[in-house]
Amino acid sequence: MALGTVWVHVEAAPGGVASASLELLAAARRFGETIEAFCAGGAPAAAEVGEHGASVLRRLECPAEALVGPALSASLAEAVATSDDPPAVILFATTYDGRDLAGRLSARLDVPVITNVTGLEARDGALVGVEPIFGGTVNVHTRFVGCGPQIFLVRPKSFPAEPSGGPPARPVDLPTVDCGAAGAARVIGRRAEQSAGPKLDEAAVVVSGGRGLGEAGKFEMIEQLAGLLGGAAGASRAIVDAGWVPYSQQVGQTGKVVKPEVYIACGISGATQHLVGMKNSRHIVAVNKDPEAPIFGVADLGIVGDVHRVLPRLIEALRARA
Amino acid sequence: MEQQTHTVRIAVCVKQIPDPANPGKLDAETKTLVRDEKLILDESDSYGVEMALQMAEATEGEVVAVSMVPEGSFGGLRTALAMGADRAILVSDEALAGSDALGTAKVLAAALRRAEPDLILTATESTDGYTGTVPAQIAELLGLPSVTFARSVSLGDGEATVQRQTEAGYDEVLCPLPAVLSVTAGAVEPRYPSFKGIMAAKNKPVDRLGIAELGIAAAEVGWAGARAEIVEVAPVPAREAGETVTDDGSGHERIVAYLEEIKVL
Repeated sequence: MALGTVWVHVEAAPGGVASASLELLAAARRFGETIEAFCAGGAPAAAEVGEHGASVLRRLECPAEALVGPALSASLAEAVATSDDPPAVILFATTYDGRDLAGRLSARLDVPVITNVTGLEARDGALVGVEPIFGGTVNVHTRFVGCGPQIFLVRPKSFPAEPSGGPPARPVDLPTVDCGAAGAARVIGRRAEQSAGPKLDEAAVVVSGGRGLGEAGKFEMIEQLAGLLGGAAGASRAIVDAGWVPYSQQVGQTGKVVKPEVYIACGISGATQHLVGMKNSRHIVAVNKDPEAPIFGVADLGIVGDVHRVLPRLIEALRARA
Repeated sequence: MEQQTHTVRIAVCVKQIPDPANPGKLDAETKTLVRDEKLILDESDSYGVEMALQMAEATEGEVVAVSMVPEGSFGGLRTALAMGADRAILVSDEALAGSDALGTAKVLAAALRRAEPDLILTATESTDGYTGTVPAQIAELLGLPSVTFARSVSLGDGEATVQRQTEAGYDEVLCPLPAVLSVTAGAVEPRYPSFKGIMAAKNKPVDRLGIAELGIAAAEVGWAGARAEIVEVAPVPAREAGETVTDDGSGHERIVAYLEEIKVL
């Protein structure tokens, strides 16, 4: 069932359009009649966006040092108000910029946002967002009442990205709107903290460590294991908060959502905050001292044991095979 | 010549939530959250409170804790005062029950306008609602710049230099004040209230306001203002747990065998 025009926020990532954006385009094609993308800056390519189903790419000229939130939300609000075919739905991914944009646009248009969406269904002419609560044990289905564009913030990895083979999207300029003091923050430096190997949210194998490692230095075992398996190293919130590991490696509700072939949780108890970020992994292996740890409730293979004994042996066994 | 002391006023938004150790239940019939009445300071907000206190201590500044609740609860704000905040603004009104993120942002923005802060700190998201949109909504309503997901903030003269989380690492952002900054967990180490702090909190000024005093109509907030409705509440089938074995010295072999079975090795 078609729900009119859907606008989709697309973000750039190294190597092309961010996978979270391509997922949104795939989600939009399920219920939208016309899919149109929008972005700030020159990076997302009209060809790639078109190949994933967008007929139009609206672009805001934006200085590289600006934070996109204020400028792009002001421009979008103007574009919505002046459009001949205003969007019925606007989709953002739950990314750093996506949350800023959805929040600011919501305040500007005076319409609410449905957040943390992991599913979207057309029902009786309206779009219903599915949000997991209580650590993903219950799904709440919510829809908008009243008018205005329906803004959804969608969690990454909720829909598979797939190209639909469309022609390049037609470029359209978004209006530049003065957003005054709100737009005054400037990026003066960009720092990467990416560890070697595949990206955490794209790796086929993720090995994560938690408080059970005991001390920061032991995270090295997690990195070694990830390296031996050609995977990425992740972390629970507890050890990120403790400063052992940078935030960019955090898996969970406030960190990255991962969906690898296999997720290996080491010394992680499995707080709901963490489970939300990894429980849709294809296979899950857990090593933890505490037989009552909730992580065993989602693990395909659970080893009740001390990570300080199991991991060194596992590393040795994998090295012997290499 | 005597050096002039620069003083700043830092407002920190705090949410008072039911103890997450006792999360309550969703009533399937009324589709509302049934929860413990006693509210505590959301742990996510303790980082903003701590950061505000450290900034105020370095500048002889003032910290104002701001919160909204439908029913007058004060437990979470008292914790912020006991940690060291100088005073509190509590917006409490029955009409606030059921407020969504935008309704919440409108009320907080109105309360913050009265406080006239140089800097507004929030958490990145609350522990119970976790929409993560309120900081940006407050900033937009107040016409202020915002830097969300701040993991480090250093205060300069009329500006803040912020390390903002990104997908790949962090950006360094220069932001003129006043501004809204949302602070990540772990950015600072929150202090525990001291006995002296707990005692002192009892005598600190608390400005209690209803929404009418903030010029907000009941129709804009609460259930009346929330323009979204829950149409279904459905339990998610639990992921089936697999096999759990106790390590007898061969646990690593089980893992290798499993990785072979699923063809990762």
